[in-house]
Amino acid sequence: MLTDILLTLLKAVGVVLGLLTTFAYMTLIERRLLARFQIRAGPNRVGPLGLLQPVADAIKSIFKEDLVVTAADKIIFWLAPFIAITMALSAFGAIPAGPAGSLFGQDPWVFNLDIGLLFILATTSMGVYGIFLAGWSSGSKYPLFGGLRSSAQIISYELGQGLSVLGLLMLTGTMNLVGIVNWQAEHGILILFQGVAFVTFVISSFAETNRTPFDLPEAEQELVAGYLTEYSSIKWALFQMAEYVNMITASAVISTLFMGGFKGPAFLGETIANIPFIWLFAKIALWLFIFIWVRATLPRMRYDKLQQFGWKFLFPVALMNTLATAAYKAFLPNSSLWYLGIFSVLVVIAMIVFSGSRDWQKVDVKTRAVAGD
Amino acid sequence: MGVLEIAKGMGVTLGKLFTKPVTVSYPETPARLQPRYRGRHILTRHANGLEKCIGCSLCAAACPAYAIYVEAAENTPTNTLSAGERHASVYEINMLRCIFCGMCEEACPTGAVILGNEFEMADYKTRDMVYGKEDMIVGVEGSKPQRREAAKNTKPVKRGFVVTPRREVEEAINANKNRSSSVATIPGSGVGVKPNLELNEVKR
Repeated sequence: MLTDILLTLLKAVGVVLGLLTTFAYMTLIERRLLARFQIRAGPNRVGPLGLLQPVADAIKSIFKEDLVVTAADKIIFWLAPFIAITMALSAFGAIPAGPAGSLFGQDPWVFNLDIGLLFILATTSMGVYGIFLAGWSSGSKYPLFGGLRSSAQIISYELGQGLSVLGLLMLTGTMNLVGIVNWQAEHGILILFQGVAFVTFVISSFAETNRTPFDLPEAEQELVAGYLTEYSSIKWALFQMAEYVNMITASAVISTLFMGGFKGPAFLGETIANIPFIWLFAKIALWLFIFIWVRATLPRMRYDKLQQFGWKFLFPVALMNTLATAAYKAFLPNSSLWYLGIFSVLVVIAMIVFSGSRDWQKVDVKTRAVAGD
Repeated sequence: MGVLEIAKGMGVTLGKLFTKPVTVSYPETPARLQPRYRGRHILTRHANGLEKCIGCSLCAAACPAYAIYVEAAENTPTNTLSAGERHASVYEINMLRCIFCGMCEEACPTGAVILGNEFEMADYKTRDMVYGKEDMIVGVEGSKPQRREAAKNTKPVKRGFVVTPRREVEEAINANKNRSSSVATIPGSGVGVKPNLELNEVKR
């Protein structure tokens, strides 16, 4: 019993250290990649290839002056970054990184809950309390706007996200992440059968992690730096940390739910596909690259369009996907899963074709004449 | 904006990822300046080695930043530095004040002061940013800190840029290189004057 607790603690410390190192180097990789996307060189001065840049950044942010606004609610102002980072870090513990017993005879995950997916969804959305409380306690208006935007956005997109995994859960019949991965190893990866859910889940993951094109809570032009405006020094760094860790977690969840998780491709043979860590890490790296790539490409959405997109597109599409999967389970219980696959591919193609012409893009804003017009 | 347009945009950025960055890694690779780039001033000489500057202070009057200080002295038969009646005994430009606008060059009636291309003048002391005649006379290469560094390491001055100088600058430099080492004559005076070849002979 004691060894179990110790081992779990050890694994938890390992996960936290790993996540924080990844965060540190993600900042460098993101800056380098963004620079290359913009035909620049990026930071390459500190150490060879700029590899010591994260160290320099860490030292800088620790030793910067830590300002607290007079009007701020001191306790909550202090608490907010810790809530954000704690929730971000604890969510990742549920991600399985390999088959049971593959880490020197131990299980390569910190905890394996039967409600694993639910736990991740719950914890990552608890993270918004950090952002919201930061905005509220800052005692100035732009952080408050940023915090409010963030909570409104996350509530809206959480619906789409939650609904898009429902169909998947109906197919696998389990919320346990290891169970979902094993189901995928047996039947084929879920991106094939739940293509629509995959699309809606990825889009809402971008919104959940406050990444471009949904990074409205930090929109510089409108809100200075949003909920981060009054933060400085290490507390600011903690928020950055939480944002990046959320991004890593989102990548891990997308990989686990839709892309076979820690299992490698089946045609490489069972032993290679069962090697722990590398397959999950490769998939996470791919998704992190996509996060950066999207940031390098897409402009920020307007806030009303963001809400409109969440409520009028993502939510109904995810709901219809759930209904379609439920209908499949109810009326064609023993038929091939490929019917579902063909269906979702067709729907995705239809969405792509009609995306350029649909009416939901037109904003029907009732305008009224301003005085003097 | 449809998905296809977004995909097109993503394709554009992905293509840029694999192109060579346009960044110039400046200290390692030299910066390529435009010919008209206005940098540190050059005080030019006539072909016979006499300074063009006649100490009229028009540059100082034209200077919007009040960066130029000129003190004039009479040319005597034994001490003839310029081609006119007077020469500049002190000619200083404060490089911290100078905005490199080129008004001095426009104001100069003899074309004595022109703006060259050197810009790497970062230094440690404020006093060292005041450049005298000996720092700017044509033929001097590099800024004060660069020449100090070169003297310390007994190496030639290393400039961090490449440039094709504009016509005026190139002519001034070439005229200085090609001028006759023989005794020059002041037109009309008939007096033979030895040109000032060595920098340290310039009177302060």
